Amino acid sequence: MYTEKVMDHFTNPRNVGEIPDADGVGEVGNPKCGDIMRIYLDIEGDIIKDVKFKTFGCGAAVATSSMVTEMVKGKTIPEALDISNAAVAEALGGLPPNKLHCSNLAADALHAAIKDYYDKQEKAKG
Amino acid sequence: MRKVYMDHSATTPVDPEVASLMMTYYTEKYGNPSSIHSFGQEAREALEKAREQVAGFIGAQPAEITFTSGGTEADNLAVLGAAEAYRKKGKHLITTAVEHHAVLETFEFLAKNGFELTILPVDEYGLLSVEEVRKAIRPDTILLSVMQANNEVGTIQPIAEIGKLAKERGVLFHVDAVQSLGKIPVNVDDLNVDMLTISSHKIYGPKGVGALYVRKGIRLIPLVHGGGQEKKRRSGTENTPGIIGFGKACELAQARMEEEAERLTELRDRLLDGILERIDYVKVNGPRGARRLPNNVNVSIQFVEGESLLLSLDMVGIAASSGSACTSGSLDPSHVLLAMGLPHEIAHGSLRFSLGRQNTEEDVDYVLEQLPKIVERLRQMSPLFDQMQREAGAK
Ligand SMILES: Cc1ncc(COP(=O)(O)O)c(C=O)c1O
Ligand code: FES
Repeated sequence: MYTEKVMDHFTNPRNVGEIPDADGVGEVGNPKCGDIMRIYLDIEGDIIKDVKFKTFGCGAAVATSSMVTEMVKGKTIPEALDISNAAVAEALGGLPPNKLHCSNLAADALHAAIKDYYDKQEKAKG
Repeated sequence: MRKVYMDHSATTPVDPEVASLMMTYYTEKYGNPSSIHSFGQEAREALEKAREQVAGFIGAQPAEITFTSGGTEADNLAVLGAAEAYRKKGKHLITTAVEHHAVLETFEFLAKNGFELTILPVDEYGLLSVEEVRKAIRPDTILLSVMQANNEVGTIQPIAEIGKLAKERGVLFHVDAVQSLGKIPVNVDDLNVDMLTISSHKIYGPKGVGALYVRKGIRLIPLVHGGGQEKKRRSGTENTPGIIGFGKACELAQARMEEEAERLTELRDRLLDGILERIDYVKVNGPRGARRLPNNVNVSIQFVEGESLLLSLDMVGIAASSGSACTSGSLDPSHVLLAMGLPHEIAHGSLRFSLGRQNTEEDVDYVLEQLPKIVERLRQMSPLFDQMQREAGAK
């Protein structure tokens, strides 16, 4: 059902965990099946220094979370914003058609975390 | 790696004795039972013997057995065939919210085509109350269908009492006994049923074979028209090797049932108690004790998702199933768990182990050794688990 790459990321997910006092946190729920993903970002300048995730969901949801964290680490914010759901799915060697919605979760959580970072910056500026 | 198959409610392996008997009817005694030559007649004889074996297992007359392509077709034949045959008498149909899709979808189809349907609720254990049935029956009710045991949570319904009520009120009563056959007694007279569905591949027989018991005197409009086989109820050249295998599987299941049920009940409780002992935040789905099928274990493991559990179990050789939305093609959680009032997120972490003939105490202990590690790993990843812990800590 899943590619080897998906199973690898599911079995050995990269960057699981939390970042205390993260610069940006994004949480999204999947309206389709009710799963949840949270992404933490540590940002310096406009570089994503560190990233962690927690996910409650299927194999595809865990694997896409893991993959997206690997893809953004060390990237600039504009580069991270460019990462699409399709790119994450593609990096995993594809997902079964009924699991494509799970990859939306990962990119959406990432984008939500970046938005949270900007919101916090705005607030800090007062 | 150790391999532990605990998905016997999905399907079972074919008993070697059944398989070798079937082989004869593929390669040597391959005649068409409708032919008058010796090839045909030896197939006919074996087919009729199988009918006796199947009928004998459920306390029916051989003439009351119609062979089909499985449980799904038998359910369809019962529901569609009876509704069509008796539609002049009334338009009201009754079933329950926890039926297998083969029954539920068939009723829904009829509801879209001129019939009126009542779907009865169940309690938190998946149990139907006889009182609910009594209240639902109307003067124009023609058909009632209730499964004997649920395929997901193993709940055993009070079929004999419901059957008695249906008889008093003159309503045809169909029972899906696909999951109960071979595990608990199934007798068409004791249960007061008019039609009963059974399937071969759940009792160590081949896939693609089943039967509908239809009490003598009941009319059914066939679904499949053609050469008039199976007393015109189900046309098409009979699947003789499959049916003969089904007959043999019934004979074997009948001989072993009592002892096997006792053995499985012990394994079931060892597994269920073991899970509850070793893992926190676990909810048992379905009843405990005698109202539960001897081979069914169903739990919800909170804060983890079912498909992740299944994948992780599979990696250590354990085969199980789940009612999680993520494992269903439709992305809806199990309709059975929802009907029992489980919140979406609890249904999400549901896990079913269905035990069978090959399973041993060692298998159960292997699951009990592996499962806690898997749950621990997935909970470490779960945003719901740390949220719960934080909230618990704050209190
Ligand atoms: C309760 C119940 N009814 C019907 C069926 C369908 O039987 P079959 O697979 O033979 O079509 C099943 C099998 O999953 C079942 O569990
Ligand atoms: S997260 Fe539910 S199907 Fe993937």
